[in-house]
Amino acid sequence: MKPTLHRRDVVGFLLRDRKKLLVVAGLGSTAWDITAAGDSPLSFPTWGAMGQAAMLGLGLAVAQPRRRVLVVTGDGEMLMGLGALATIGVQRPANLTVVVIDNERYGETGMQATHTAHRVDLAAVARACGFERARVFSRARELKTLRAMVYGKAGPNLAQVKVVAEKPPLVLPPHDGVVLKERFRAALLADVLAEKL
Amino acid sequence: MWPEQVHRELAAAGVRIVGYVPDAGHKRLIELCRADRKMRAVVLTTEEDGIGLAAGAWLGGMKSVLLMQSSGVGNLVNVLGMVQVCRFPLVMIVTMRGEQGEFNPWQVPMGRATPQVLEAMGVSVRRASDAKEVAPLVAEAFRREQAVAVLVSQGVIGIKSFQEQTEQ
Repeated sequence: MKPTLHRRDVVGFLLRDRKKLLVVAGLGSTAWDITAAGDSPLSFPTWGAMGQAAMLGLGLAVAQPRRRVLVVTGDGEMLMGLGALATIGVQRPANLTVVVIDNERYGETGMQATHTAHRVDLAAVARACGFERARVFSRARELKTLRAMVYGKAGPNLAQVKVVAEKPPLVLPPHDGVVLKERFRAALLADVLAEKL
Repeated sequence: MWPEQVHRELAAAGVRIVGYVPDAGHKRLIELCRADRKMRAVVLTTEEDGIGLAAGAWLGGMKSVLLMQSSGVGNLVNVLGMVQVCRFPLVMIVTMRGEQGEFNPWQVPMGRATPQVLEAMGVSVRRASDAKEVAPLVAEAFRREQAVAVLVSQGVIGIKSFQEQTEQ
């Protein structure tokens, strides 16, 4: 089945009116995608540490159990850190959803095929690791279900979203790591404090 | 005993997440942390996943510590770049292999390279050659709010054979 979804449409739909959602993005295309949807202090796009996006999400979800946490990453990035799915399956954070934007390619290095192009099923891996919900999404009509998963369904959840292999225009987030970290903590921790008062 | 002293320092520093890949030298400390209701023990499949865990926890306002043996330091290298570039605070307690009394020659190369690998990636290295030095070095590491690894010499742990390890 040929993919019909476009990555920017999917990520844009998920991040529209994002409420208090905390967002981590894997390096490369998914970091550009979340930025194209609108940069926010409560987004942490990575520029390196390939394979760690899901673990960043786990640490954040454990630290902030009352907030919804979304990891948006690519199939290549997720494949580098498959062990994280096992650890998340054991820890079972109810507030965490991992969305894998799966174009079956390494997008930043010349669009070479990843293992998902050869039938590796990341949603099945997540189910085998004990995720509460894990499935493949490939149709526009399913995106409302995906959004409901991100904002409300008890996790851990994983969505493998099959998208067209394409290179939309670059929209780059800030790349100073200290700025990304400090703006995130300042915005989140001020917000948490305000909720307590 | 150093594990009890270190556990007290972790509690005093406000550590809430303990990420680890098990090591025989950390056995007692792991038990103490798992028994502590204020701490969440997170077993990892590889040490580098502890870096994402610790960084994510810090973004969320929570303190953590990572426990591993020296071979695990080899698994950290690339992702320590994130710690350096974002200036994440990070405390790691590393039990050393490949030193005094090592029975497995395959542990020697990574044990020998451990301090250089950490320093090459911007992590400060502090060495505990004696059991009584471990806890004060851990306490100091938290006060620094930088990336610090406390290396616990194999002589402190003193595992000398497979036999001894299976009898623990």
